Amino acid sequence: MSNVDLIPPLLIAAPLLAATLPIILGLWTDRTGWSVAAITTTGLFAAAATLASVVYTDGQVTHTLGGYPREYGIELVADEFSMLIALLVTAVATGVLVYTRQGGPRGNTFYTAYLLLTGGLLGITLTGDVFNLFVFLEITSIATYALVASGDGPESAVAALKYLIIGTMAASMYLIGVAFLLMATGTLNMIELATAIPAAERPTLIRTGFGFIVVGFATKVAQWPLHTWQPSAYQQAPDGVTPLIAALVSTASAYAFGRLIVTVFGVDYLTAIPNAAAIVLTIGCVSVFAGTVLAVIQTEVKRMLAYSSVSQFGLVIAAYGVVIAGSSETAFIGAAIHLIGHGLVKAGLFLGVALVARSYGARTVDEYAGLAKARPVVAGSIAVLLLVLVGVPPGVGFVGKWYIALGAVQSQLWPVAAVIFLSTMLTLAYAARLLEKMYFTPPAALDWPRTREPVATDGGDIDVSVGMLAIVVVAALGAVALGFAGGTIAELLEPFLMEVFN
Amino acid sequence: MIELLTSHYTYVLVFVLLGLGIYMTIASENLVKKLIGVSLFQTAIFLFFISMAYIEGGSAPIVPHEANPGELMVASPLPQVIVLTAIVVGIALTAVGLALVIRIYAEYGTLREDTLREVRADE
Repeated sequence: MSNVDLIPPLLIAAPLLAATLPIILGLWTDRTGWSVAAITTTGLFAAAATLASVVYTDGQVTHTLGGYPREYGIELVADEFSMLIALLVTAVATGVLVYTRQGGPRGNTFYTAYLLLTGGLLGITLTGDVFNLFVFLEITSIATYALVASGDGPESAVAALKYLIIGTMAASMYLIGVAFLLMATGTLNMIELATAIPAAERPTLIRTGFGFIVVGFATKVAQWPLHTWQPSAYQQAPDGVTPLIAALVSTASAYAFGRLIVTVFGVDYLTAIPNAAAIVLTIGCVSVFAGTVLAVIQTEVKRMLAYSSVSQFGLVIAAYGVVIAGSSETAFIGAAIHLIGHGLVKAGLFLGVALVARSYGARTVDEYAGLAKARPVVAGSIAVLLLVLVGVPPGVGFVGKWYIALGAVQSQLWPVAAVIFLSTMLTLAYAARLLEKMYFTPPAALDWPRTREPVATDGGDIDVSVGMLAIVVVAALGAVALGFAGGTIAELLEPFLMEVFN
Repeated sequence: MIELLTSHYTYVLVFVLLGLGIYMTIASENLVKKLIGVSLFQTAIFLFFISMAYIEGGSAPIVPHEANPGELMVASPLPQVIVLTAIVVGIALTAVGLALVIRIYAEYGTLREDTLREVRADE
């Protein structure tokens, strides 16, 4: 097909343009937002799947915007690594809509922000230009701030403002890093930078730039101690929004960081920089521990899962550290699989938690008592997803951690391998707490405040649609099924790895 | 040190501004002042881009049709385009931030972070 190189710009432009539709249509009717979003995201998923089938058979697809040469123009690149994330983004964006149809938030402006977020995330995934990446990071962030603030209570505005201040600082740090790279090399294109960086006359500028970029992304990915925006943002966001942002926003940032490490700076160049590997490894490993310990002491389930994200992304950053320290392809495959797996698992878990809050009225760990009896399907799905998160084979969580640990062992970084093993134990600590409450604590043993159950204003039962239940089950099954696809993902990534780890 | 101040004083100025912006964001208890700090921080980055594009004796990057290549010295246009884009992004962020501040003020009746913490702890 000759027009396949038009798909990357369409993937970005279509959601951004479609985002204006709910507002325009809102002049006449207020219930069109969901349909527009559903049609757009389904179309995007189909387009991403088409593009992926081309990329995985014929190699990468590039599109030069406006026909300007890439030295100073902007290039969109769909390769083996970016298509994995693009598929995750479009799939999760479509799946979460199944919940929001009945679960809310409603209103056309919500779907405008939803589509802007999707467009921004696809932009981060597909861009081949480091400054363009900054712009898409900010589009994503602004849409996320608006979505977090769309919660009912005033607390959500406070959480969103905190996120805005820290998130803007993080993106600005990244921009300073870009400024240093531009100063040293005079180009912004990722491929051009890859050849210009080792040849740069002043390596100090590039090291400084790398330092700023590490700090910027450590904040965006929510690594300890720069994670403080993340738990309150996830907790205060409306239940229909948390699955989307928890699954995708930090994942896209972590993907961008990985892209910069392997494609722009190049593993060989970073290995030669003193302490670069040690710094990235330390950030990741400390976050793994800090995130898990903080997750164990939480009482709110959403907050607990948010801290769990800190530790799971710590694993990904630690894997990048292993990639730098040992030029380990295996660790990179592990990071990619863990990004996808964690995104899917967290989307499923937050959807399940939203469903429980809606139908069972439970938000804290204690209130989950007896859930398995009252709501067996949701409880079963949450249990499966938690076990996948812990890393019980054959779930995808196990495959990701296995590859990362294998990479660490191959590179003889024993402390990192130990951290991954211990993190699994610690993840079990908070997962088991929830599992025990759901399956082994009878609800009568507690002073169960049944009045907390939300009662619909019209007096009827709050309906949980079959679709809402189905999407949680699908996420759980998908997380297990992806575990079997670990080898396939590694094979799909092979051409990309050949290029960057020559 | 003296040489740095005489020839590269814009860079020194830019990093002083960056420090001021970050300090203001962290130290000020007032939410609006925090946002001003964020804006200052971003503005310093814009100045950083602009000063890196400067060439001694260079003119604005508008090349007439009949000019021979290499004859005319112009400042690099790329950083200037970047700054234009980044200014737009910065304005959008400030607008969203101020909208959130208005909502917080309407709900809690305060702009100070410490008071806000007390009010929220009471609830």
